[in-house]
Amino acid sequence: MSSATTTAGHAGGTQPAARYGSISRGRKTALYWSYFFLVLFVVIFLTPPLYMLLTSLKSSAEIGAATNPWWVYHPTLENYAALLGSSQFLIFFKNSVVVSICVVSLTMVIAILAAFSLARMGFWGSATLATGVFLTYLIPDTLLFIPLFKIFAWFHETTGIELINHWWVLIVLYPTLTVPFCTWIMIGYFASIPKELDEAALIDGASYFQVLTRIFIPVALPGIIAATIFAFTVSWANFLYPLAFTTSADQLVLPVGIVTTLIKGDVFNWGQIMTGALLGAAPPLIIYAFLMDYYISGLTAGATKG
Amino acid sequence: MADAAIENVQTQAVPRRVGRRSLSRHKSVVGFLFALPLIVVIAGLVIYPAGYAIHLATLNKSMQHFVGLSNFTFLFKRNTFWMVVEQSVLFAVTAVIFKAVVGFVVAHFVHNIPQKGQRKWRGMLLVPWVIPPAMSTLAWLWLFDPSYSAFNWILVHLGMSPVAWLGNVYWARFCVILVNVWVGSPFFLIMYLAALKSVPEALHEAAAIDGANWLQKIWYINLPMMRNIIQITALFSLIVTFANFDIVRILTNGGPVDQTHVFATWAFTLAIAGNDIPLGASVSLFMAPILAVAAFFILRNVRKRGNEA
Repeated sequence: MSSATTTAGHAGGTQPAARYGSISRGRKTALYWSYFFLVLFVVIFLTPPLYMLLTSLKSSAEIGAATNPWWVYHPTLENYAALLGSSQFLIFFKNSVVVSICVVSLTMVIAILAAFSLARMGFWGSATLATGVFLTYLIPDTLLFIPLFKIFAWFHETTGIELINHWWVLIVLYPTLTVPFCTWIMIGYFASIPKELDEAALIDGASYFQVLTRIFIPVALPGIIAATIFAFTVSWANFLYPLAFTTSADQLVLPVGIVTTLIKGDVFNWGQIMTGALLGAAPPLIIYAFLMDYYISGLTAGATKG
Repeated sequence: MADAAIENVQTQAVPRRVGRRSLSRHKSVVGFLFALPLIVVIAGLVIYPAGYAIHLATLNKSMQHFVGLSNFTFLFKRNTFWMVVEQSVLFAVTAVIFKAVVGFVVAHFVHNIPQKGQRKWRGMLLVPWVIPPAMSTLAWLWLFDPSYSAFNWILVHLGMSPVAWLGNVYWARFCVILVNVWVGSPFFLIMYLAALKSVPEALHEAAAIDGANWLQKIWYINLPMMRNIIQITALFSLIVTFANFDIVRILTNGGPVDQTHVFATWAFTLAIAGNDIPLGASVSLFMAPILAVAAFFILRNVRKRGNEA
């Protein structure tokens, strides 16, 4: 933030403003106003996460006291110690990690194979399928969870395999959210690879699978990373499916676990809730911090190509 | 895509002994096998359940008898249903409009500053979009807390009276929309920023020479140039917002007195908590019309773009 304002000041200082007259002065005021409003919006946008952090550093006594809520007078890590020391929270975390890793791997295998087929190989109805993939992405989880719930109950009656209230049922459910979008992104990236590349390989005797693994995957790696990040973000953050399909405390994933176990009736342990929320938000935030450009390219590719 | 397939077939018609036809058949068989997992997921976990929802909506509560449309006629007679319709539409439309406006305005601010600093600002402004909504809504819930609200602390110190954020119907509706705008506007920001970058600088220079002011530049150059992206982003967001669940569920859970329920949260309450799966399915089906309309426009857009390319 500070360096941005200094560059602005620097530009203003060295520029012989008088020579260019009103345009330059107009630009400078526009620039200052831009920074002013950017600071304002950043403050608004970052208030909730910062308040999470503030609260997570407070003891219950300080949260209940009538002091300034926007300041931490006696910072303590007791909330972090309490959560990271509780086996229940670690189970939520483990469930979330396992589910996310499985869903991401499954999604990427399905999406890459299908996108390669739809972008390059083509078969009867493949063009319709490509459009259909996009349309299924529009069907929200809030429409699907009720019929899926009933289908799983029926599945239990006929095969004896109970799906509901097991954390691994989410590995079956989350691909409904991730696969269509990831396939769609990958079709876009694969379609942008020049045809000469795979034609040359095919003439040299490569199989389709080799074309995919030796050419398409390495060339479209940025797209694959973007799709992977998307799949991870979705499977880490989904709230509806685990809320509807899992109930026992040892089967919950992080978002639902924090909401249902830390809120007991009307008693809110806000210090721990905020700590849990922050720890739950940390993995996507860390990935985002390192791979922001992939994150953004996936986002824009998905929508502009739609 | 079909053209591409034909072209591919023609270019590889040379190999030894294998005839052209068997080669292309081999190709489509392999292609089909590659796409098979996708077809299984889509057909089994999306298309079939979506169709099954329609069937479920025609059953009675114990799911043993076919009752035709009586779930719907029952809903039409309930005041709560019409309240939910009203609130869902109000929620989705208002939230999308504000997300678009905030995204558009902030995108211009980011675009205005020197290229070097843009990345950093964009990075900070995108944080609400990265945090899982369920987690950030908890932070908002705590900011709106009836007895310890940090916002009320500020209001009181500014000499104003505290607000019952989630206790009053109108404030609760405002809060639900506010949180949704907060979560969603970074997406608009990113899309609009990408669109702004593609507006040729020459147009702005020409307009400046003609004496256009900043408002005219935005109105006559940026808006028309960005029209496509603005439309598609708003449509996307409308679908997602219409189907929103996390924010309402955590923030108000429909309260006070069901006044903030949207289709998704009410369907959940009826089906899972109230154990009336057919009625819940009937409610959730009301999200389908908006989907159909959106699908129609998006498809038209995809076709148009395909023809241009």
